[in-house]
Parts: sequence; structure tokens; C-alpha cells
Amino acid sequence: MDNILILTIVVVAYLFIIGYLGWYGYRKTKTALDYLVAGRSVHPVVMALSYGATFISTSAIVGFGGAAALFGMGLLWLTFLNIFVGIIIAFIVFGKRTRRMGHSLDAHTFPELLGKRFNSNFIQGFSGLVIFIFMPLYAAAVLIGAARFIETTFAPNVNFTVGLLIYTLIVCAYVMAGGLKGVMYTDALQGAIMFVGMIVLLVFTYVKLGGVVTAHQALAGMADKVPAKLIAGGHLGWTRMPTTASPLWWKLVTTIVMGVGLGVLTQPQLAVRFMTVKSNKEIHRAVPAGGIFILVMTGVAFVVGALTNVYFFNHPQFGNISLDVAGGNIDKIIPAYINSAMPVWFVYVFMLTLLAAAMSTSSSQFHTMGTAIGRDFFERILLGGKQSQYTVLITRIGILTGVLITIVLGYRLPGSIIAIAAAIFFGLCATTFLPAYIGALFWKGTTRSGAIASMFTGFFGTLFWLLFVHQAESEPMGICKFIFNKPTLAHAPWTMVDPIIVILPISLLTVFLVSVFTKKMSKEHVEHCFKHI
Amino acid sequence: MTLLGIDDPKVWSVYLLCILSALFCIVYGAANWNKGDEEKWEDEKKVEE
Repeated sequence: MDNILILTIVVVAYLFIIGYLGWYGYRKTKTALDYLVAGRSVHPVVMALSYGATFISTSAIVGFGGAAALFGMGLLWLTFLNIFVGIIIAFIVFGKRTRRMGHSLDAHTFPELLGKRFNSNFIQGFSGLVIFIFMPLYAAAVLIGAARFIETTFAPNVNFTVGLLIYTLIVCAYVMAGGLKGVMYTDALQGAIMFVGMIVLLVFTYVKLGGVVTAHQALAGMADKVPAKLIAGGHLGWTRMPTTASPLWWKLVTTIVMGVGLGVLTQPQLAVRFMTVKSNKEIHRAVPAGGIFILVMTGVAFVVGALTNVYFFNHPQFGNISLDVAGGNIDKIIPAYINSAMPVWFVYVFMLTLLAAAMSTSSSQFHTMGTAIGRDFFERILLGGKQSQYTVLITRIGILTGVLITIVLGYRLPGSIIAIAAAIFFGLCATTFLPAYIGALFWKGTTRSGAIASMFTGFFGTLFWLLFVHQAESEPMGICKFIFNKPTLAHAPWTMVDPIIVILPISLLTVFLVSVFTKKMSKEHVEHCFKHI
Repeated sequence: MTLLGIDDPKVWSVYLLCILSALFCIVYGAANWNKGDEEKWEDEKKVEE
């Protein structure tokens, strides 16, 4: 009970600081520019921490950490892509142009950047609608990640449902009041807490398992403990990649590594961060903080996730691999490991780490859902692009609606869903937005028709692939079975290949071919877009 | 070949790649620390009204 009291005091103190930062953001928010892009004057370290804390959620720590306990350390390829694509390419190649073009076009959101670049209300409205409809899937994955840990830490002392609702209300309050300024100030604090928590987790784990090399050797020596079902799927042990082209390899490489690794470039809540700084100097200065942050957050989650197998197998109370200890639900592996292996005080530190990780991502998701419906759909489609005094109000109503959809999804999604739900949203964003985004930033010859055609190809192509080809989704969704009386229309290996591998090249080709054969954008407009590039 | 106790080159190589890419971020930031410091259209803000 004393421990619960200490935790309560720590959490309440943390929430007070968050509340203060949200209020500070509210006080500093005078205009729609402040509410939507934090006045374009954010400090580089705040920007980097906010980007990282938004990118890394409970989904990455609990969901993908649990996936590492299943797949092994091969998941580190995602850490590499997260740094190489998510920081180096995103900041240096995309970020600088996004900031400049965002300034030139006075864009406040990612869909608005695409819409103004191609002079199309439809592109902005369609993008906003896609984000508003599908982001709750990813947001629900983050909520579940937080809920899983609350469930295993507090049960049965705290009612799970009430805890989740209070969490959502707090995030909702400071996002609605403080806008992006409130979100980014709180993100920076939450990012710092996450960084410390994960460093301590890595040190504790390696010390507990006898050091870096000893821990890895113990994990390598467990290759004969892999269950027969996983061996049949291509699993070769937790320190080895699965057999090339095996079902597990397709899932690890195409869905988890490629889907999330490439999808990060077109996450609307991340792309907007580049529009919040006043010059490229801030972007240069944000790169080191971003790279170190992502290495520590994802690298630690994936290494520790894989090493939980050593801990559980050698522990007399368990004597089994992580997957069996968690009853087959990989989302429960990291919470079970923390609660069993770590000292009580660290369980509470980690609780705060996860709370910070969830809140920093949820807040940006809620803000993005709100701007997608308020700024991008309502103002652009319904008002034809006219500025409205109701934009911020509609954005706040959009936030509330998105949150309600997220809560409902959070209760209805099945187990072991966290990593997959996040990967689906990242993949959908990549296939729908990436070709048009690349065309917008790097090729003056990209036309409005080319951008629209590629977005349609990416969006509907991905939906078709998920509903009728990729068996992991087509079978539980049941639409293919209902229409064609079989779970998928394709044969292996296509039934295991993620849509991003097939649809992204097609939508990239679409933006190029359609742009070559359709009416060019006016020279004046294109010159204005590329004025500072 | 084994490195750091990891027996698959495809895994230990990415373990090192992750660390190297984070180091690249530090070097890039340091090398460009003061670089990239770069027509009123305030009017938008006024349109506060």
C-alpha cells in the first residue's frame, strides 16, 4: 500500500507538471497559427524530443518490444530504419524542404501542405478524411499499450476502465486547450522521462543477465527452445533472422520493418513538426537529439524484448519462453517482465515512462485528428478554403470525436494487436501519401492529376490488398470469405506479402506516369512553391 | 561468425549499424550546428481580427 501511495504521489506530481505545461501552452496560444503549428518558433531540442516522443509510444515499447520477444533481435532492422529513414532521411532530406515549402505556402497541416502544393481543395480534404478515419486504429493501439500495463500493475486495486477514461480526459484537456504548443511542451518533458526510463531498463536487464555478451550468448543458446509451430514458420532462434521467404520472414521484413520503417515519412503528426521551427538551423540541431533518442527508445525495447526469453526461461517460477509466460499474447510480455524482473521502485518509474510515452503520442494523434477534420475537411471542403472563426472550435470538436472513436476501438480490438495496428496505419499512410509527398517536394513536374491518381492507387490498392489478399487481415475481416467463399484470392507467398511492398511501387509509378501525360501546374504557382528551395 | 555473443551476421551487423547511424546523427548535427540559418505576409496573423 505504501508503494501505491508513493506511486500515486509521483503520478499526481507528474500530472500537475503536465497540467502546468498545457496551461502555459494555452497562455501562449493567441492565433490559429499558434494552435496549429506552435507559432513556427519552437526550440530545436523541444522539436526533436517532441518528434521522438510522438513517434515512440507504448505501441513501440510494449507492442514491438513484445514482437521482439517473438521474432528475436532481427527486429533491430526496424531500429536502423527508424534512425536512417525516420531521422536522417526525414529531417535532412524531407524535413528541410517541408519546412521551407510549408512557410512559402503558409501550410498549417500535412494535408494542407499537399493541398496547397497541388492547388487542390480535394487533395487536402481527402487526406484529412483518410487521417481522421484511420488514425483511431493507431491511436487505439497506443491506448491498449497503456492499458495493458495499467492492468498488470494496478489490478485489482484500480478499475481499468476508469483509469483509461481519466487518462484520455487529461490528454484531451491539454490538447484542446493548449493546441500544438501545449502538446510540444509536454512532449519534451515526456520524452526526457522516457529516455531515462529506457536507459535504466537496458542497464538493469544486461546486469541481471550477466553482461552484454553473456546475455546474448544465453539467448543464442536457446535456439532449441523455439516452439515447433514457430520453427515451421521459419524461426531459427532469437539471435538469428528467420529463414528467408518464410512466413515469419515476410511478416517481420515486410509488415513490421518496411511498413513502419517507411511509413514514418508520411505520418502527418510527425511531418507537421518540421513546420514548427523558424529555420533549417533548428532542423540541423535537432538531428543528434532525434538520432540518440530513437536509438535508445526502440533499440532498448527490441533488445530487452528478445532477452526476456532468457530471463523467463532461467527463472524457477516460470521456466518457459516469454510467449508461453504471457499466455500467447505478445502485448503482455513486456509488462509481465517489468513486474517480475525489476525492483518495485523501477516498476513505478517505468509506469511513468509508459504513461509519458502514451500521452505524448496520444496528444499528437488527437491534435492531428482534430486538425484533419477542422482545418483540412471542414474549412477546406465545406467552406471552400475560406478562413473561419470556427476553425479552432471545429478542430476541438474533431478532437473529441476522434477520441471517442479511439476509445470504442480500444475496447474492441483483439489481443496481440498493438504492433500490427500501428504497422497497418503506417503502411496505409506510406502507400497513400508518400508518392505525392515526394513529388510535391522534389519534382516540379508533378501534376495535380498525378498526385490524386497516386493517392487513390495507394489508398484503394492497400484496402484491396488488406481485404482480399493479405491473409493476416483478409481472414479475420471475412469480407473475402463472404463474397468469394475463400479467405484470400491469392496464393503463397503473396498472401504473406505486406501491401507496402506491392502497392507503394505501383503508386510511385502512377504519380510519375500520370504527371507526364496530364496538364502541368502553372509556372507561377510552382515557382512560388519552390521559392526558398 | 559470432560478435557480441550474437551468432548471425545479419543480426550483429544491424546491432552495430544502429549505433553507427546514431553516431552519424551526432556528427552531422555538430558539423552543421550553425548552418542553415536562413516579404510581412504578419498580415495573416492580423487577419486576430
